[in-house]
Amino acid sequence: MSDNSPWKAGQPIVSIKNVRKSYGSIEVLKGISLDIMKGDVVCIIGPSGSGKSTLIRCINALADIQDGSITVEGQEVHDPKLDKLALRRKVGMVFQQYNLFPHKTALQNVMMAPVKVLGQPKQEVEARARSLLKKVRLEGKENAYPGELSGGQQQRVAIARSLAMQPDVMLFDEVTAALDPETVKEVLVTIKELAADGMTCILVTHEMGFAREVADHIYFTDLGVIVEHGPPSTFFDNAQDPRTKAFLGQIL
Amino acid sequence: MIETIQSFFRELAQTHPKWNFIFFYEPSQWARVVSGLAVTIELSVACVALSLIIGIVGAWAQGARSPFLRWLTQGYIQLFRNTPPMIQLLFFYFALGQFTPAIIGADGWTEEPVISNIGWAIVSLSFFAGAFNVEIFRAGIEAIPQTTKEACEALGMNRLQTYAYVVLPLALRVSLPALNNNLVNLVKTTTQAIAIAVPELLYQMVSIWNDYASAQNAAMTVLFATYILLVGALAFAMNRWERALYIPGFGGGR
Repeated sequence: MSDNSPWKAGQPIVSIKNVRKSYGSIEVLKGISLDIMKGDVVCIIGPSGSGKSTLIRCINALADIQDGSITVEGQEVHDPKLDKLALRRKVGMVFQQYNLFPHKTALQNVMMAPVKVLGQPKQEVEARARSLLKKVRLEGKENAYPGELSGGQQQRVAIARSLAMQPDVMLFDEVTAALDPETVKEVLVTIKELAADGMTCILVTHEMGFAREVADHIYFTDLGVIVEHGPPSTFFDNAQDPRTKAFLGQIL
Repeated sequence: MIETIQSFFRELAQTHPKWNFIFFYEPSQWARVVSGLAVTIELSVACVALSLIIGIVGAWAQGARSPFLRWLTQGYIQLFRNTPPMIQLLFFYFALGQFTPAIIGADGWTEEPVISNIGWAIVSLSFFAGAFNVEIFRAGIEAIPQTTKEACEALGMNRLQTYAYVVLPLALRVSLPALNNNLVNLVKTTTQAIAIAVPELLYQMVSIWNDYASAQNAAMTVLFATYILLVGALAFAMNRWERALYIPGFGGGR
């Protein structure tokens, strides 16, 4: 937020307006709109293929959109003249498959982008990286390679790696989907602590219990549209739309 | 010590006329072997280095946005991979060699081409092996999952940073076994430079046995032994490199 973006506190930090996206002739997002305020934790849930992952990939411009607008801190993401580095500094992302760099240790994974991309001094970054690894409970694993860590540990390194860029918004794309039930918990605890620190988090998740506990707002998507949304209490206990009810009925 | 060896081979040549290791007792012939070996090593090192650079640049160009660059790279690979290296050598030296300028020597009448036959051999063999290296590196680069590149993108890396810090270090590890094979082949192919009279080891050995027919068997034996040692050293170094680059949980085990 050090830049001169037109964004001001009180406005949505991420604003998605009528976004449409197609892969070839298949339209996966059919006019999606939602606003996310700073510090909010938003969960996007829905059946497979409903466009959840595509939606959050559009927020940091990993995927492009055909129509509509997405702004992050007031800056249009799909402006061809956008400074992508500036955007990705603000928006961190964690993936389902961790996507760590296998030839780098946990510490090197966390340090790489701030040193190589932002050109920050190595010593300063190392201190930050060590404290981030400590924060995600990986003290002592600094010199382990990803191949030597469990799935849950790798995912927590990935979270620390994203945080090292000091983003304002974090995107989580089904980050526990590849983990076994025991390690899911350790990753969720980490995200919960992050949310408690005031980080704006947008999660695509199938962890309904987690969503209910942590989210400020839940969006349910199906077939490329937002079917229903609301705070967890009303959403889970008082769903109105038959599609939402059917979906919740299947998984709860 | 040296005298003992010399007198041993001198005697051997007398008792077994077909086994005249003349270069082991005649200093002038020994000098030819040494200079031939030096040229072979020079050729090998230069071609390995240049072909690696061509391989990296070519693999990059294959994925370039410009269709012209991609087309050019593909054309280069097809041409150099599908024609014999001997013909390429002759083409570079005799066909292209005509068009490069020559420098008139100090005496005013000798012409020295800007690119010597050793120079042409390095260029030609490097392009030959480079075509294979492009394909080897491409296979390595394609083995890196799209999702890993996406993680780089999400961390704000541009294409160059993604390649320099993540894709190439990983692709190299995937490529090494195939690269090992191709470089071994390259070192052996340097003997074909004899066709354009590059005074490398084979050229010197053939010259020796043309001068001394009795040295033919001996020269061939030494050729075999030298190449086994030379290629063995390269393969050993490559294997050591492969092991040094080993990372837990990625690729084959130790």
